Amino acid sequence: MATKASRSAARLMISPAVILLLAWMIVPLSLTLYFSTLRYNLLMPGMEEWAGFSNYYYFLTDPAFFDALRNTLVLVGGVLAITIVGGVLLAILLDQPMWGQGVVRVLVIAPFFVMPTVSALVWKNMFMNPVSGLFASLFKTLGLQPFDFLAHAPMFSIILIVSWQWLPFATLILLTAMQSLDSEQLEAAEMDGAPPLKRFWFITLPHLARAITVVILIQTIFLLSVFAEILVTTNGGPGTATTNLTYLVYAQSLLQFDVGGGSAGGVVAIVLANIVAIFLMRMIGKNLDA
Amino acid sequence: MGRITLDKVAKRFGDVEVIPPLDLTIEDGEFVVFVGPSGCGKSTLLRLIAGLEDVSGGQIRIDGKDATAVQPAKRGLAMVFQSYALYPHMTVRKNIAFPLRMAGLSQQEQDKKVEGAAAVLNLTNYLDRRPGQLSGGQRQRVAIGRAIVREPSAFLFDEPLSNLDAALRVGMRLEISELHNRLATTMVYVTHDQVEAMTMADKIVVLNAGRIEQVGSPLELYHRPRNTFVAGFIGSPKMNLIEGAEAAKHGVATIGIRPEHIAVSPESGTWKGKVGVSEHLGSDTFFHVLDTGLADAITVRAGGEVDLHHGDTVYLSPDAAKMHRFDTEGLRIE
Repeated sequence: MATKASRSAARLMISPAVILLLAWMIVPLSLTLYFSTLRYNLLMPGMEEWAGFSNYYYFLTDPAFFDALRNTLVLVGGVLAITIVGGVLLAILLDQPMWGQGVVRVLVIAPFFVMPTVSALVWKNMFMNPVSGLFASLFKTLGLQPFDFLAHAPMFSIILIVSWQWLPFATLILLTAMQSLDSEQLEAAEMDGAPPLKRFWFITLPHLARAITVVILIQTIFLLSVFAEILVTTNGGPGTATTNLTYLVYAQSLLQFDVGGGSAGGVVAIVLANIVAIFLMRMIGKNLDA
Repeated sequence: MGRITLDKVAKRFGDVEVIPPLDLTIEDGEFVVFVGPSGCGKSTLLRLIAGLEDVSGGQIRIDGKDATAVQPAKRGLAMVFQSYALYPHMTVRKNIAFPLRMAGLSQQEQDKKVEGAAAVLNLTNYLDRRPGQLSGGQRQRVAIGRAIVREPSAFLFDEPLSNLDAALRVGMRLEISELHNRLATTMVYVTHDQVEAMTMADKIVVLNAGRIEQVGSPLELYHRPRNTFVAGFIGSPKMNLIEGAEAAKHGVATIGIRPEHIAVSPESGTWKGKVGVSEHLGSDTFFHVLDTGLADAITVRAGGEVDLHHGDTVYLSPDAAKMHRFDTEGLRIE
């Protein structure tokens, strides 16, 4: 890539990909921006008219918006907490030499390959169903009243389902990080008089810090847009108990046929996601340069 | 105090016996070097003493007390690892203070001891740096600092210099020897480098396949190797071991003669050969003499100015008084 000719050739050849990607992003984004300024209702086709910022006004003053904002944060925070704590513990467990290690590791990774709609349906119908679910029969064997998870603890249930899907990912990343820990460091700490828990706290956990930040970053990006799990289990309810921003945008545009309002919600979601991204990048940027 | 006694200590990994039962006593204040080719079990032996591996049989006594089942931290030993094993996320100060912190010392005491150790090791200016910002030699010193603040009864070194470049290695060798003179604490040092062993040790333990071949002072091992293994391992360049007809002339199975005990002459001598590769070190020259009919090549040492070239015919005269004789089992005959 040294000569002028080869550099311009490189630019020329890479440009179709760049232009395609740019168009892929710019076209939907500008259409969304454009729709968000229209009074655009699917029930009144051909009646679109300029609406200024009223779509934003209505979306941001909708009480459901604040519920959705809170729910999004609770969902992301809850899943992150469960997957990281659980992931660290599982990684420690899987790092121990044991019989059938390879098979166990593959089994642990398996949930990640199940598509969200399927896993949510399995959880809803086979585990959490208050009549025929596994948990219900477990409760009944213990002589307890079956608990209707999705009705009485809907957010917790969703967090549980999403965590189940993301736990393998966290475990996988943390396990590889764990394996890169120099065993001599642990032995040195042992010689220095650190009992197992302190070795974990002072040596293993700091070593995992970088992997944990990577897990937080990647998972946050995906968890902000959780949708399928909510659609097939609670439909955002009861009330707005499990409506996150993604689901609210969907409900606005396709359940209430208000494409303009939905687009305004989409733009708000983009802004919020970017705010989160900036904070994360700052936090992680500090952690990533050693 | 730091007297370590190994009594019939053995180690097996599954069916593989890495170390057959062996006895060894390390006296208080001694600098003992375990030396041997790689895979001879010297590091395993050190780890058994440290408590990082469990013994499969026998007893380890430290200062007369049975320490076989005692946890590593409670044995009063400090170890310096080959990779240094510094904690990368902690500053030098925190690294050195770590064992003190684990022991529950107050912040003031910790600071005092860390400052003391840093002064001894010339680390005072680096206390607030991370290990990643230090050179190899400095990291090595931090690892030693972390060991000395604990004031252990003995230090264990596991090939501590093998990651350093040649010049630094010589420097650190001196520093460790000096540290030993100053602290007068028992030190057990593992290396595969016989030069390190010869220069640093009070007592060398030569290991081969988990067995102790010989224990003795460096010069004892040099002058009176107990068998052909020790004879070939100690000394640089290696001793020439000659078997066959020439050895039979002396009535033994193998004779050994060190390169420095053979006189080289272009005119006359006992053995005749051709000069192969010559290594000029300035002070000395090592010639590999071929076609002697005795062994593949005989190594000889000559002065730095000897004018012999590849292909020249030379005559070698071994110093009969310095010749070592070994029987068919490889054992030394006096």
